[in-house]
Amino acid sequence: MNNNETVTDKLVVNENWCKGCGICVKFCPKNVLKVENEKVKVIDIDKCIQCGLCELRCPDFAIYVRGK
Amino acid sequence: MPSALVNEYFRTNKLPQIWCPGCGHGIITRAITAAIDKLGLERDKICIVSGIGCSSRAPGYMDFDTLHTTHGRAIAFATGVKMANPDLKVIVITGDGDATAIGGNHLIHACRRNIDITTIVFNNNIYGMTGGQYSPTTPKFDKGTTAPYGNIDKAFDIPALAAAAGATYVGRSTAYHTQLLISLIENGIKNEGFSLIEALSVCPTYYGRKNKKGSAVDMLEWQKDHAVNISAASKMTPESLEGKFLIGEFKNSPEPEYTSEYQKIIDRLCKE
Repeated sequence: MNNNETVTDKLVVNENWCKGCGICVKFCPKNVLKVENEKVKVIDIDKCIQCGLCELRCPDFAIYVRGK
Repeated sequence: MPSALVNEYFRTNKLPQIWCPGCGHGIITRAITAAIDKLGLERDKICIVSGIGCSSRAPGYMDFDTLHTTHGRAIAFATGVKMANPDLKVIVITGDGDATAIGGNHLIHACRRNIDITTIVFNNNIYGMTGGQYSPTTPKFDKGTTAPYGNIDKAFDIPALAAAAGATYVGRSTAYHTQLLISLIENGIKNEGFSLIEALSVCPTYYGRKNKKGSAVDMLEWQKDHAVNISAASKMTPESLEGKFLIGEFKNSPEPEYTSEYQKIIDRLCKE
């Protein structure tokens, strides 16, 4: 079911559930994400502070912070 | 593997949900589970009831005892559930049309009775599922498929309606103000009586497109820029509140609850 996942130390993205709305990209305070081919992509994981704003506002539960 | 919260409280085999890209309903649905999680409630003591509409698809994804009922009747079914088993925490998920048009009478009388039900109104300002007809919360002069030249009806202020009808806990938040929304839902569930939380959603597909509101991101930014917390509003001038809307806790005044009052009558008659 969920084999299309990007797992990093800080964030997990489920491409199967992502609809590419861009909400997480816009409200990420550190510009960690972007939308590419209608799916969210992690572009700079080093900047991620694991604030969880992406997870809080993702309507599709497709991104979340690890270890919280 | 989904997040711990989603894994715990959602029927993950039913995901992804059917809502449009950027629909605020998913944010609100997740917020409800976050509130339940914070309260540490026993899953088997919760029943979630919905009516018909985009909002009412939510319980289908939620791993609780859930009931998907007929249009406008979620609160009527929920009243039956609560009367049959007052130990349950009953939560209603409904939309602006479901709650205030088709089910408007059920809503006001449940408020008046102060029955212990927490109702979360997913307000997207339009009938999304059926194709964008204007609803009782479509702002005046905004467009819908049934109001191509603008709607001339005044919109309901749902929290004001519920408070006037007798609900004992009333609040409003938005999909953007998610943390506030979670805490209002928590307090609403804790209130022993009828609680109503209006959750302003975003509908980029129908309401947004018909009214040139831009993308889901633009609509969430609009919420961010135009919402004022009621606690801050008291210190603001009427001019600075022009064009803004209030969020926050509007009413918290517990009163005797319906099912306990009903039980008192049973107890009294059993003694006689």
